[in-house]
Amino acid sequence: MEALLALTIGVLVATAVYLMLARNILRFIFGLVLFSNAANLTIFVSGRVTVGAPPLIPVGADAPVGDVANALPQALVLTAIVIGFGLFAFALVLMFRAYSSLGTLYSDEMRVAEPREGGKT
Amino acid sequence: MNSIILRVGTRYLAGILVLFSLYMLIRGHNEPGGGFIGGLIGSTSFVLYAIACGTAEARAALKIMPQNIAVAGLGIALLAGIAAALFGDALFTGQWLFLNPTEDSKGLPISTVLIFDIGVYLVVFGSILSIVFAMEEEI
Amino acid sequence: MARNIETSENRDNGLIGLIPVALSAALFAWLITQANTIAEGGAIRYVWDWVPSLGISMSFMLDGLSLTFALLISGIGAMVFLYSRTYLAGQEHFNRFMFFLTSFMLAMLGLILADNLITLFVFWELTTITSYLLIGFAHATEKGRRSALQALFVTGAGALALLAGFILLGTTMGSFELSEILANGDALRNHELYVPILILILAGAFTKSAQFPFHFWLPNAMAAPTPVSAFLHSATMVKAGIYLMARLHPAMSGTDIWFWTLTVAGAFTAVFASVLALRQIDLKQSLAYTTLMALGTLTLFLGQDSAYAMTAFATFLIVHSLYKASLFLVVGCVDYSAGTRNADILGGLGRIMPVSALAAALAALSMAGFPPFLGFIGKELQYAGILAIGSQPFVFTVALLLSNALMFAVAGIVALRPFWGRREVELPRSPKEVPWTMLLGPVVLACLGVFFGIHPDPLQFALVDPLVASLLGSIDEAKELKLWAGVNMPLILSIVTVTLGAALYIGHRGLRAWLGRVVAAAPNFDRGWDRFLAGLKGFAAWQTRIIQPGILRVYIGVTFATALVAIGGTIIARNAWPGLPDFQDVTWPIIAISLLISVGAIMAALTSSRVAAMAALGVVGIGVAMVFIVFSAPDVAITQLLVETLVVVLVAVALLRLPLLDQGGRDHRPADAVLALGVGGVFTLVLLAVLETPIDLRLTEYFEVTSWPEAFGRNIVNVILVDFRALDTFGEIAVVVIAALSAYALLRTTSERKDP
Repeated sequence: MEALLALTIGVLVATAVYLMLARNILRFIFGLVLFSNAANLTIFVSGRVTVGAPPLIPVGADAPVGDVANALPQALVLTAIVIGFGLFAFALVLMFRAYSSLGTLYSDEMRVAEPREGGKT
Repeated sequence: MNSIILRVGTRYLAGILVLFSLYMLIRGHNEPGGGFIGGLIGSTSFVLYAIACGTAEARAALKIMPQNIAVAGLGIALLAGIAAALFGDALFTGQWLFLNPTEDSKGLPISTVLIFDIGVYLVVFGSILSIVFAMEEEI
Repeated sequence: MARNIETSENRDNGLIGLIPVALSAALFAWLITQANTIAEGGAIRYVWDWVPSLGISMSFMLDGLSLTFALLISGIGAMVFLYSRTYLAGQEHFNRFMFFLTSFMLAMLGLILADNLITLFVFWELTTITSYLLIGFAHATEKGRRSALQALFVTGAGALALLAGFILLGTTMGSFELSEILANGDALRNHELYVPILILILAGAFTKSAQFPFHFWLPNAMAAPTPVSAFLHSATMVKAGIYLMARLHPAMSGTDIWFWTLTVAGAFTAVFASVLALRQIDLKQSLAYTTLMALGTLTLFLGQDSAYAMTAFATFLIVHSLYKASLFLVVGCVDYSAGTRNADILGGLGRIMPVSALAAALAALSMAGFPPFLGFIGKELQYAGILAIGSQPFVFTVALLLSNALMFAVAGIVALRPFWGRREVELPRSPKEVPWTMLLGPVVLACLGVFFGIHPDPLQFALVDPLVASLLGSIDEAKELKLWAGVNMPLILSIVTVTLGAALYIGHRGLRAWLGRVVAAAPNFDRGWDRFLAGLKGFAAWQTRIIQPGILRVYIGVTFATALVAIGGTIIARNAWPGLPDFQDVTWPIIAISLLISVGAIMAALTSSRVAAMAALGVVGIGVAMVFIVFSAPDVAITQLLVETLVVVLVAVALLRLPLLDQGGRDHRPADAVLALGVGGVFTLVLLAVLETPIDLRLTEYFEVTSWPEAFGRNIVNVILVDFRALDTFGEIAVVVIAALSAYALLRTTSERKDP
């Protein structure tokens, strides 16, 4: 089960990298979204997967009954998703800000901080 | 988005969503739910509201600036963590108080853990709304 | 020189300058009380656990070797602090200076007391940093900055080698504790890694102690205020390298490579430096080069094993610290009083500054090696030690003789001429005797040289015997310190030295001109250093142009390509391929979800429509949420779905105002695709390899059994978030708030600029 997910994660990473290498920073942000999905899945899958047994303790018991899913990666992934959203929102705003002040979405043309040699921006 | 049906419907839906988000927050310790999920649901209600009726109205309905809510949430979570130190435990150790304990139940629990989760709720709620409102207004 | 003599006449710096004096004096007194224990063969050891999992502890040991160094450091330190209080009176950054100097002293004490390699290294680096600050104290001058940086780079680079050597040594010997390593010297000497360890450690020691070819930073370090030179560059910091070699002597000496490296480098440095010392006109520079000579001599003796050589090492170490610190301080007095340190100008100060002159004379006589000074005993022992050398005694004896004779001449130049020589030119300032606070140090140190010369027994008992014992392992090994040992070979060599030295002193002006021509023709290491730095900068600029051209794509590409090569290369080199994955337990829903995610991702990557890309991202997000649902993570799945909704809202808002994705033709990048596929492939391989290793579930099991009984929660994921790992969660929500506030601020500034 995990192996198939590992392959899927590979596809996610490959597409994310491809998008992040694009010149258009909107594509870069799409790549970022895919990448954080891949990262979350990686943490989740590394903790091994279990079908149909959420990490809950039934009423009346002191510990989960039988084998349940690994709770730790779930907790990590949960916060990672929310932080990933924060990062995404910030990146999106940053991109928009860059577009509105520089007038372009192409990262090659964004050279305010590191002008081309010869002084042109 | 100037549909009267949508606007009226959203108003009710938003109210229901907020109630639902609080329910998810409270039950989070024992069932799926909690501060993160509650905060996300709660913010969704106001996002819907803003889409349907405009951010000005959504802000008016919310009354408090969302950034303030987020920072207040962070403060509440921090206080809940520091409270443990007052009882002589390490920081962020949960402190529990059970009201009306009886033979077969421990009673109604009040805990710093719940307060911490409320802080998380407010942080998520406030942060998302401040981004969404600002983007709706500025872009 | 960054001091202002005009404002300094009647001002001291208040009582604050006395704190370091009291501190070092107290340390000195405490060390003295321990001397008896050490002399009886004991050693004092303190251990605190620091990083027990790595075998690193804060352990300290006081034995004969460290006691000698510690006494020199704290004793000379106390004098130097007192001296500085007057010397730098009225100086703007006096408190800062005292703070640096005190930090330096404590770091140095930590270094020599450390009994753990890592502890020692930490203090070693602290002395590097504090000495950088002290050398660069005159940071307003370019020379000061250059000298400070040079010292930092040279000793810092050596320290890196040293760290590597220490780690290698610690792992080879299975312990980072020095006392354990020293007890297993034979195992170390026969180990196959002995040579690399030795080379790395010597690189650190040689740079710190300015052995040829790393000698050039030390004379430049004279840019520091004179008390610093007296303290750091004669008595303490440069001796750190010597200390290290002495400390490791029991474990590492006795091999051919040890003998030849130390003996040759030491002898060469000694001769080379004493020749250059004669050439200097600046008194301080002369002394700097004689310090190099002393360091070379000490290194030379550490290359040996004989009891004579070790006794010579111990004695010369003490002698040199006493007279060198004294002379440096006297030079400071002269500079303070006369306003110059130029040997050609100075003269006739003897009557004006009688106490300084006395201190200078006593120290110089000890340096020149006249009886009854301790310097004489030191020199006798040196010759006895060199004659006991295993091979080529003649060559090394001549080298030692030559450098000692040159030292004799330099002692005359430094101590004789300024005070009793004829004054030919007007001095920049009319000199007068300096205050007692500045005289105390040089006088006490110089007098100790006489006292111990006449009464060597206390020194022998308290310091020399225990020091030799820590080097050779037995308290009885040390040779006796005595003024009169009868007419023997060392005495004859001493007489030759004095004769030759006197001749050199008389002819030193002519020699200096001749030396100037020779040195000008020889390669200049200092200038070589500049060329090296320029080359390094050029290389840095070149590689920055290639790797960081200011184009985002290139940065990302380089980052991913590096990751690909590093991880992929490791897999290939280590042959760490994961086994063939097992797809037997795969069920249809999972295949469907995986396909959904993959197709969505590929579509997002290839489409040129914004709406299609958004939809594709949504598909991926929903697919990932379904994975969480199927694999029993309800909380995560709900979060993922809600976040996915919000992402769509935000992107929809933003896209309304952004241009279409491809304004100039389709996006088609085969090279990027190859890199992307490579990274994705390697990622999968790593994950498969991770999945093959057994998982450690202890933490999860702990959470499972304590979640309800202790934390009163049935949803383990939530209990982890808000209770077990609440501090983490707090950090994470803080990040969320920061991201939100930053995004908000970015948007608001945009609007203000648009419509003010």
